[in-house]
Amino acid sequence: MNSILDLILRLDCWLLLAPLLPGIINKVKAWVAGRRGPPVLQLYYDLARLWKKGVVMSTLASPAFVILPAVTWVALLGAAMLMPLGPLGAGLTFRGDALLLLYLLALGRFCTAWAAMETGSAFEGMGTVREVSYAVLAEAAMIAAVLSLSVQSGSISLAVMLAPAMGASAVLLAAGLFIVLLAENCRVPFDDPNTHLELTMIHEAMVLDHSGPPLAAILHGASMKLLLFTVLLVQAVLPIGRLGPWAAGLVLAGGVLGVTVAVGLVESLLARFAFRRVPLLLTTAFLLCLFALLVAWKGGVP
Amino acid sequence: MNNANLNLLIGLAMGLNLLALGTSRLPALIRAMSVQGVILGVMPILMEGHPDWRVVLVALATIGGKGVLIPGLLRRAMRTVQIDRELQPLLGFVPSILLGAAGTIAALALTHLLPLLPEHAGTLLVPGALATVLTGFILLIGRTKAISQVCGYLILENGIYLFGLLLIKAMPLLVEAGVLLDLTVGVFILGIIVDRIQRAFDSLDTRKLTALHE
Repeated sequence: MNSILDLILRLDCWLLLAPLLPGIINKVKAWVAGRRGPPVLQLYYDLARLWKKGVVMSTLASPAFVILPAVTWVALLGAAMLMPLGPLGAGLTFRGDALLLLYLLALGRFCTAWAAMETGSAFEGMGTVREVSYAVLAEAAMIAAVLSLSVQSGSISLAVMLAPAMGASAVLLAAGLFIVLLAENCRVPFDDPNTHLELTMIHEAMVLDHSGPPLAAILHGASMKLLLFTVLLVQAVLPIGRLGPWAAGLVLAGGVLGVTVAVGLVESLLARFAFRRVPLLLTTAFLLCLFALLVAWKGGVP
Repeated sequence: MNNANLNLLIGLAMGLNLLALGTSRLPALIRAMSVQGVILGVMPILMEGHPDWRVVLVALATIGGKGVLIPGLLRRAMRTVQIDRELQPLLGFVPSILLGAAGTIAALALTHLLPLLPEHAGTLLVPGALATVLTGFILLIGRTKAISQVCGYLILENGIYLFGLLLIKAMPLLVEAGVLLDLTVGVFILGIIVDRIQRAFDSLDTRKLTALHE
């Protein structure tokens, strides 16, 4: 009984807090540019508005067009349940849940890509190709990061892996995971979430034809993914396991806020990269995570 | 204690290797090379518990030569010929950075197979030297602009210098000082040659030097 209550509270926490992050990022961007900016709760209003609208279906599209965004959303929610939240621990934990987390993220991406191809629009195909070709490199970096965490702690369970700090390689891992976070969530050096030009879009181009509740699920899923990666980054780098429960909770919340503000600052201060320069940056992220793995393996001194 | 600091410095030097391989801008390449030179110059002081004045002198000469003088000469050569990019490398930037990383990892993993003295087994000197030499080779082979190739040559020399630090007690630092002097003169002459290539061919692409014509 208690565990069910815990699970429901945890679900509420992820569902309700996730749309706050894009709001904070936009507020930081507006603040740097000297504008007032949209309210922090803007995404909540958008989601409520989209939820009330109907769905426009292309005659070409199969029912998968509506089902797949829901599958993506559920996969991301499942991944969120696996992610431990500092002192609270994870909703579900078992040996090897780190692998399931990676595969749930991949499943989410696969379903978004499939749904994008449903309408047969040229722009969506283009966006999908870009998204998937970046993902190949970003996933390699992500896997190297998870491997280095698991070598460091000698476990493949997320709750054990994320408790201790990385030690010497924390800086390498932090830089690598931050780049992965930006790439996976389509933030600025890779993709511009505010762009209105189909030729330069990546993630936005994939969801052009979605409308109403499925679009709301996609937007909410994207914000949950952002929160997921932020929590992962903070817990992988900071030694949260060594603090008391209250201090750990505060450090986690502060860390998430800090990373979100950092994403906003990156977005305001950096222009997006040309497409041909992106692989170099993602390869750098992969190498950073790989060297973190090397340091974890050799223990600093070979 | 000293070993940990030394390993940190060598780790930084290895990071700079990858930076040098990944950048397309010549000023960034020259900066990576000069910072690496400064890091290498600090190392002899760190390795000797109580450095005498000769070690300090050579360290200062290394820092001055590799960190200030040679980069200064290269920057001047770059300004005279007005280029700051390596646009068409023979080996792309992503492949070369991957190759450099693979070499670094191989050097780290395979060094314990070498018959090293026990006092050197705990340091990263040998893998650092191997990785730096390899980086120099990749830059020499994969780039077409004369200035990038010179940077590759200088990074190669940095790797040899790292090897030399293994013998710091046996080999007089005078040898290293002589090498440093040779290098400085070499770069000085190269600054002139680069200018001549630019005037004769309107480009710094060394591939053009292989074609004969009237």
